Amino acid sequence: MAGEHKHPNYMAIFWLLAILTVIELIVVFLPFGKMVNGTMLCALAVGKAVVVAMYFMHLKFESRTLGLIALTPLAIATLFVFVILPDAFRVDHKTTNLKPAAEAPAKH
Amino acid sequence: MSQAAASHAAPHAVEPAESPLTPESWGKLGMWIFLAGDAVGFGALLAAYGGMRATSADWPNPYAVLGINLTAAMTFLLICSSVTMVKALEWLGKGDRGKCKMFLFFTALGGAIFVSCQAFEWTHLIERGLHVDGNPWGAALFGTSFFIVTGFHGLHVTAGVIYLLSVIGVVSRRPDPAASYNVVEIVGLYWHFVDLVWIMVFTFMYLL
Repeated sequence: MAGEHKHPNYMAIFWLLAILTVIELIVVFLPFGKMVNGTMLCALAVGKAVVVAMYFMHLKFESRTLGLIALTPLAIATLFVFVILPDAFRVDHKTTNLKPAAEAPAKH
Repeated sequence: MSQAAASHAAPHAVEPAESPLTPESWGKLGMWIFLAGDAVGFGALLAAYGGMRATSADWPNPYAVLGINLTAAMTFLLICSSVTMVKALEWLGKGDRGKCKMFLFFTALGGAIFVSCQAFEWTHLIERGLHVDGNPWGAALFGTSFFIVTGFHGLHVTAGVIYLLSVIGVVSRRPDPAASYNVVEIVGLYWHFVDLVWIMVFTFMYLL
């Protein structure tokens, strides 16, 4: 019973992943600017990751709690970004202030 | 439910009761929890990479420096090896251990070629001046983060190849195909995870 869950059409998943990869490579060359291209690339990457987890790792056919375990790292990684950002921008603040300060040290 | 799971389990299974989330095996739950932890590791690396890059004034354009022709081929290779992995499990489910071992071997071969391509890529980049402590194109952390993130992933692929080869040994030793079904499914989880992480690494380190 356990190993008998429905198998998805793996070749269809393969072609979907291959086509999404080709689209990613095309998006890199699109002239929409870094912001739009970046958003599209992130969306495509997350889409591919979800397809791999759902169908290749059979998460679609597992219990919902296992899905929650699988999602936990995503929540933690998002938290990491917010933990890192204040520090990161603090460094940025210092480095951007250092250069003019070196040129004109007598300002303050 | 527990009786059904017990009748499916290998005769030498010693688990006292069924796993609450993955009734077919405790090992599968263990692998999922390990992968969740491992994903936090990769998540931390990528978040740190994003933080460093967002606040750097002279971060090189990864796409221009690294080139993506070889890496795109490597991405395709990993997707193919994920397909051979699911095929291995499918054949084992049908009771064909020979075909299962063949597809497991193809999967390991795909991983080995992937790591070889990565070694080739690293060698070229190092020759062109991309080092852990500096590079000719800008922020030194660019090289540091590149080698740490792709290296951490390459280490996972290398471990996966060894893991896959040892699972071929397990399938060979157990005459009953059902006895090694869980083992193959669990190595599959690990392998697909490595593929999933590469999708993220490829996007964040090369394309963005």
